[in-house]
Amino acid sequence: MENAQVVTANMTQNKEQKSKSLWRHAFETLMKDKMAVAAIAIFIIYSIIALLTSVDIIAGDWAKEVGASYSPPSVENWFGTDIFGRSVVAKTLKGTQVAMSIGLFTATLSAIIGIILGSIAGYYGGKVDEIIVWFYTTFSSIPGIMLLVAITFILGKGLVAVYLALGLTSWVSLCRLIRGEVIRHKDREYVHAATAIGGGDFRKLFMHILPNVLHIVIINFSLQFQVAIKSEVILSYLGLGVQGRPSWGTMIDDAKLELARGVWWQLAAATFAMFVIVLSLNILGDALRDALDPKLKGK
Amino acid sequence: MNIWVYVLRRLLYVIPILLGVCLIIFVLFNVVAGDPTHLLLGKHATAKQMAELRHELGLDRPWFFQYLDLVKSAFTFDFGRSWSTKQSITTMISEGALPSLTLTIPGFVLTTIFSVSLSLLVAFYRGSFFDRFSVFICVGLMSISSLAYILFGQWFFAYYLGWFEISGYDSEFPNWIPYVQLPVLIWIILSIGPDLRFFRTIMLDEVYQDYVRTARSKGLGEKVILFKHVLKNAMIPIITYVVIQIPFLILGALLIESFFGIPGLGGITLNAINSSDFPVIRAMTVLSAVAYIIFSVITDVLYTIVDPRVRLK
Repeated sequence: MENAQVVTANMTQNKEQKSKSLWRHAFETLMKDKMAVAAIAIFIIYSIIALLTSVDIIAGDWAKEVGASYSPPSVENWFGTDIFGRSVVAKTLKGTQVAMSIGLFTATLSAIIGIILGSIAGYYGGKVDEIIVWFYTTFSSIPGIMLLVAITFILGKGLVAVYLALGLTSWVSLCRLIRGEVIRHKDREYVHAATAIGGGDFRKLFMHILPNVLHIVIINFSLQFQVAIKSEVILSYLGLGVQGRPSWGTMIDDAKLELARGVWWQLAAATFAMFVIVLSLNILGDALRDALDPKLKGK
Repeated sequence: MNIWVYVLRRLLYVIPILLGVCLIIFVLFNVVAGDPTHLLLGKHATAKQMAELRHELGLDRPWFFQYLDLVKSAFTFDFGRSWSTKQSITTMISEGALPSLTLTIPGFVLTTIFSVSLSLLVAFYRGSFFDRFSVFICVGLMSISSLAYILFGQWFFAYYLGWFEISGYDSEFPNWIPYVQLPVLIWIILSIGPDLRFFRTIMLDEVYQDYVRTARSKGLGEKVILFKHVLKNAMIPIITYVVIQIPFLILGALLIESFFGIPGLGGITLNAINSSDFPVIRAMTVLSAVAYIIFSVITDVLYTIVDPRVRLK
C-alpha cells in the first residue's frame, strides 16, 4: 500500500519520469551494497584471469620447471614449487580456468534443465506435472555424491565428464522453485491477457511468465557456481576429477602427501584462491537475493 | 482427513519413488556402465572365462530379472557379495554402521545444539555488528573446501601439535573416544556454517511475525518472547531440517572417515569407489535412498503432527 501511494505521488509530481523497473531497482540496490560491488569486481577479475590463461597470455608456462622440487616460498616463487619444481602461483592461475569453466558450465546446465522441467511441470500441471515431480523426487532421493560417482564412472575422466556430472546432479532445487513460481503466476491477469490476444503456451510461458521468475534463476546461478567449484575438489580426491592440467582440486588433493613433509604452500595457494571466489559468490548470492526477492523487501 | 489415512497414502507414494530409484541405479550401473567382466578379469581374459564370470554374477539373465533383483534387495537388504573382498555386503554394512555412528552422532548433536543456541543469540542481537559478523564468519567457513579442513586439521592438530590421534580406530567402547575427537571437531566446523545460517533465517522469519508484535505490546520481555514464542514456532522448520539429516548419519562421512581410518560406511563406500566395486556402491546407494525416503515420510508426518496449521492433502 505504502509503495503504491509513493508511486502515484511520484507520477503526479513528474509525469515525464518513468517508474523504476524491478531490474533497475535491483541494480541500484546492488550498487549501494559495497560488499556486493567488491564481490562483482572479484568475479570479473577471476573471469579475466580464466580467459587470459585459456589463451596462454598468463601462466602459459605453468609446466616449466622454475626451481628445485618442493622449494619453499621465496621472492621469485611466491608460493614455492611443487614436486616437479613447477611454480605454484602459475598452477593456481591456470587452475582458475578449470574452476571458472566448471562453475559456468555446471550452473548453466543445471539452470537449463531446471527451467525447462520446472516450467513445464508448473505450467501444464496434471499428468505431466506428476511425472516430473516423481522424477525429481526419485532423483533427489539418491545421494548426490553417489550419482556423481556413477556418472563420472560412465562418462570416463576429464573436464567434460566433470561438467556433465555436476550439472546433471544439481538441477532439482531450481526445478522445484521454478515449478512453484510458475504455478503461482500462470493464473495471473497478465497471463490471461496474453491468452486473450492470442498468445500460445510457448509464448506465454517463455515470454511472459519466465521473465517474472528469472530472479530465482539468477540467485540460484551464483549459488550453483560456487557449489560446483567446491565439488571439483571432492571429485579430484575420488580420482574422478580433471586430468593432465592443474586444478585447485588436484592441488589440494596433492597436499595429502605433501603436508607430512612440511610442504604447505600448494594447499595454502589453492585454498586461498578458492576461498576468495567462493566467498565472493556467496556474498553476491545473498546480495542478489536481497535485491531481487520482493518478499524480503523492507526487512 | 485422518492422520492414519495420510500416513498410509504417504507410504503408498513411496513405492513409485523406490521403483524409480532402483531404475535409475539399474540404468547407471547395469546398462550404461557396461560389462564389468573386463574390469574384474583384466585385459587378457578369454571369452570362456568372461562368459563363466558373467553367468556367476547373473549378468547373462534378462535385464528385467536383474532389475527385479535390485528392487528385491531394497526390501530384503540382501545385496550379495563384494567383488573385491568377497564378503557379504550385508555383514559389511552392519559392521560399518557402528563406527560411523560414533563419529556422526556426537558431531550432529553438538552442531545442532551449538547452532540453534547461537541462532537465538544472533536473532536477539539482529541487525547489530555481532549479527553481521557471525553471518560473515558462517559464509567464510562455508567458502573453504572441506578437504582443506580435513588435511589441515589432521596435519596441524594431530601431527604437528600432537593433540589428537592421527588416524585409527578401536571398536571397544571407551577406547574409540580419542580416535573420534578430531573427526567430530572437523564435522562441527564443516556443518556449523550452513546450519547457523539456516537457523538464523528461520528465527528472523519468526521475529517479524504479528504474534511477536502482540507479545511485545503486551509488555513481555525480549528474552521471554525469544525463548517462549519464537523458539517454539521455529521448532517446526528446525525439526524438519534435523530429522531429514538422520539417514545421512548412518552413512557416515565419506571424506572424514577415510582420512582418519574409521572403518565406517563412508570409508567402505570410498574404498568401493576406488576399486570400482559396483555391488558395494550399488548397495550403499540403494541403502541411502531407502533411508532418505523413509525419513522424508517421517518428516512429513511429524510436520503435520507438530503444526496443526498444515492441512492434510
